[in-house]
Amino acid sequence: MNTLNTWILTLVTFIPLFGAVLLFFFPRRDRDIRVFAFVISLLTFVLSLHLPVHFARGAAGFQFEMDVPWISTPNIHYHLGIDGVSMWLVVLTTFLTPLCVLISWHSVHDRVKEFFVLMLLLETAMIGVFVALDLFLFYFFWEGTLVPMALLIGIYGHERRVYAAVKFFLYTMVASVFMLAAILWLYAHVGSFQFGDVQAWLRGPGASEAAGAMKWLFLGFFVAFAVKVPIFPLHTWLPDAHVEAPTAGSVLLAGVLLKMGTYGLFRFNVGLFPEESRHNAPWIVALAIIGIIYGALVAMVQPNLKKLIAYSSVSHLGFVVLGIFSFTQAGMVGAVYVMLAHGVSTGALFMLAGMIHDRRHTFEISEYGGLATPMPVYSTFFLIITLASIGLPLLNGFIGEFLVLSGAFQARKLWGILAATGVIWSACYMLWLYQRVFFGKVKVEANRTLPDLDLRERLALWPMAGAAVLMGVLPLVWISAIDPAVKDALGNAAQLTMQVMGR
Amino acid sequence: MIPSADYLRILPELILVVAGVLVMLIEPVLDEHNDRRSIFLLAFAGTILAIAATVYQALDKGAQGLGWFGMVRVDSFSICFHLIVGFVAAMVILASFEYLKAQNIRAGEYYGLILLGSVGMMLMSSAVELVLIFIALEISSISTYVLAGFRRRALGSVEASIKYFLLGSFATAFFLYGVALTYGATGSTSIYPIAAVLRNGATPLAFAGMALMFVGLGFKIASAPFHVWTPDVYEGAPAPIVALMSTAPKAATFAVLLRILFAASEPGWFWIVWVSAVLSMTIGNLGALVQNNVKRMLAYSSIAHAGYLLVAFAAAKDIGISAAIFYAASYAVMNVGAFIVISHVAGHGERFVNIEDYSGLGRRAPTLAAILAVFLLSLIGIPITGGFFAKFYVFSAALQSNLVGLTIIGVINSAIAAYYYLRVIVYMYMREPRTETPMVPLPMTVGFSLAAGVVATLYLGVLPNRVLEYALAGARALVK
Repeated sequence: MNTLNTWILTLVTFIPLFGAVLLFFFPRRDRDIRVFAFVISLLTFVLSLHLPVHFARGAAGFQFEMDVPWISTPNIHYHLGIDGVSMWLVVLTTFLTPLCVLISWHSVHDRVKEFFVLMLLLETAMIGVFVALDLFLFYFFWEGTLVPMALLIGIYGHERRVYAAVKFFLYTMVASVFMLAAILWLYAHVGSFQFGDVQAWLRGPGASEAAGAMKWLFLGFFVAFAVKVPIFPLHTWLPDAHVEAPTAGSVLLAGVLLKMGTYGLFRFNVGLFPEESRHNAPWIVALAIIGIIYGALVAMVQPNLKKLIAYSSVSHLGFVVLGIFSFTQAGMVGAVYVMLAHGVSTGALFMLAGMIHDRRHTFEISEYGGLATPMPVYSTFFLIITLASIGLPLLNGFIGEFLVLSGAFQARKLWGILAATGVIWSACYMLWLYQRVFFGKVKVEANRTLPDLDLRERLALWPMAGAAVLMGVLPLVWISAIDPAVKDALGNAAQLTMQVMGR
Repeated sequence: MIPSADYLRILPELILVVAGVLVMLIEPVLDEHNDRRSIFLLAFAGTILAIAATVYQALDKGAQGLGWFGMVRVDSFSICFHLIVGFVAAMVILASFEYLKAQNIRAGEYYGLILLGSVGMMLMSSAVELVLIFIALEISSISTYVLAGFRRRALGSVEASIKYFLLGSFATAFFLYGVALTYGATGSTSIYPIAAVLRNGATPLAFAGMALMFVGLGFKIASAPFHVWTPDVYEGAPAPIVALMSTAPKAATFAVLLRILFAASEPGWFWIVWVSAVLSMTIGNLGALVQNNVKRMLAYSSIAHAGYLLVAFAAAKDIGISAAIFYAASYAVMNVGAFIVISHVAGHGERFVNIEDYSGLGRRAPTLAAILAVFLLSLIGIPITGGFFAKFYVFSAALQSNLVGLTIIGVINSAIAAYYYLRVIVYMYMREPRTETPMVPLPMTVGFSLAAGVVATLYLGVLPNRVLEYALAGARALVK
């Protein structure tokens, strides 16, 4: 059991890569390729379930650690480990990937092999980002997500795919070189890339030695993550990337890649620079609240289904940032919970959008109307997910947003009040969307005979709907693991502030 | 009486000389139709034996050390560069077999010059005497001048050759002048005696000597502001030769530069290198942004890469030097690979070298496109490739010497660079195929050489430890 505990993260991370390499040498028989990709991703998911089952809840610090020297000069370690936050993000990733294989079954019919190879490569890189505890390794995986995602968008996307792919690549690439510079600066002074070492140094000798550089280091990390989240003025790549990406690409982009940004903010900005984070919290929260309201308002007027969902992501991710930088227990736990809930519900929304696109080849909302009549099962799923997304109690969205808002109120009343309007806006645009697409008479003749969901599509949606309900009813399953991790991060922050105040 | 161990110290060079002369001698007596294959095999065997001899030098300590009246020094440093040169020469010879057939070029002189040029390059990295360095530099340069003009029916190739020759001779004169001034200032042409004198304080004369040598060598590595010849020459010269001359002589010149600047502890080079690094990175990357000819684009990119390498120079001693060695190695591997793909796509008469010719390559030739993508991603510096690690190591060395400004300029530059490499990938995978560009299936020799390139690129990116340690040993051998 102990061996498995040490190796489990390595296994979960690299089985998709292994599958991708095998797949690369597969003969071009599309059906077998799909089945194989599905089996590999399902296997990864099953293995990743080992983590929550054997996770010591209530314990702080990292678990399932593995630390092996990789490169001696510079001193780089292959160091993996998870706490409650990263564990659930890993499980979210492995949960979404097999479903993405399912929804790409027929919608991808050209260059099938390359598609699934890229998807499995992407899965490895995404999991790696969440489990890496060495800054070099983290950057390694972080950049590693870039190429497969850009290629997925650029090759398999819709009309303006090339533009979207290049924009996505350049935005993220340019922003992350600043993080690279910050990491290198830290290494030059600490002599180690290990998260723990760097953290200890910044609290001990570094606090005075790096006092002048601290602000720039914080910003270096912040810019890279802010583009990925995306935080308000840096969000313009997101709608393009989402609209042009193939369905599976959108699901993974919204479900996991954006979370890499907020995870980075939580782990590195707050974890390494607690003081700077508190210091900069007001303007970051201001941007987050602008994002919440702006994203929701822009979502409301979108004529394009996918763009609407994309802007709703901007709004939801604003809640996450607000929660993290509210520096309250409730806010941070809520932020993590919104990350998970958003991964499920927005991922499902993109799946649903992709399914209707497969049938009618358009995302224009005006092309639909009255779909409840020809497609009752589809409309039921859509309703459940819509309600989850707007935060109806007993569904997953509610828990997170509630916690974030209560945290925000604790921190500053005005933040809470402004952010709370976001909940109302989201109900407006989502319910209005639902009404326009599903209710009323069937306006377009082609919609009258649309086939309802087939078995494969239902198979992809059931787990999503199930997760949405489960996360709404039994939040403690998740929160009990998240809580100590947040307390840890917050404790560091609080401790440091006390020190500073005391001095 | 020359001790026999001295012959071991130049064993790789001796092997290459013999192979080169043999190739030239055998060609006339061979049958017109059968000669290509046997000459090719002979040349390739020569490079492989030279690599084997270098490995032998690395394993047998008796073959290392000073020799030939203190003119040659075999140590981990020279071995690193011998391996780079040998690897590049072998890859280029492999890739040239089909190319020569397609372009209708006579094989004898071509392989002979590659082998003899490699002798010069290898000697550059092990010579510790300025006059021998000069001679080695000339051997390597003159071979490449001639090789650049080998597509003699193409006007551009002749232009490239003459341009390269004229400017190159000019630069060599600078270098020789620098050697002369250094001799005047220190009374010696040997690196270690020079170092002994300069450590006690440098005169303005020594400084002038160093600056002039830097001008001469700066030309060879195509660093700004001595880079203007690069795009034209790379555009005109045969593609496999560009693969060779953008990597092997450059690596060898970097070796010379490292020896002169660090082993001889020349004074006052820091700001010269700093400025040249910044100019090279910026001019190279901005120039590459607007190119439509892939060869020209990679020419500008090679200027930029020379800049990154110079960043490592400006950094701390042993870490900086080992970063430079590692960068030279991974740059050599990925750039040779990229040019070999280009030479294959270019076809008869090198007509297809525009970025449009790469449209839909991912569909027409998936393997070839995937290989080129690996090299391009490595040139950008994306993880799991050697290019990523090389850049990472260079910038981390620079930051450890507190060169924050230089690092930030470099990092921003590498973000700019992503755009033009990415453009090729976009054309390959996201555009419709063009029917005008014919697609020849990948011959075995080219395939083998590309496979070696891909494996080396990934190896340097995932398991760089052994190479890094050896580079560090080389760096320590140099500054000792």
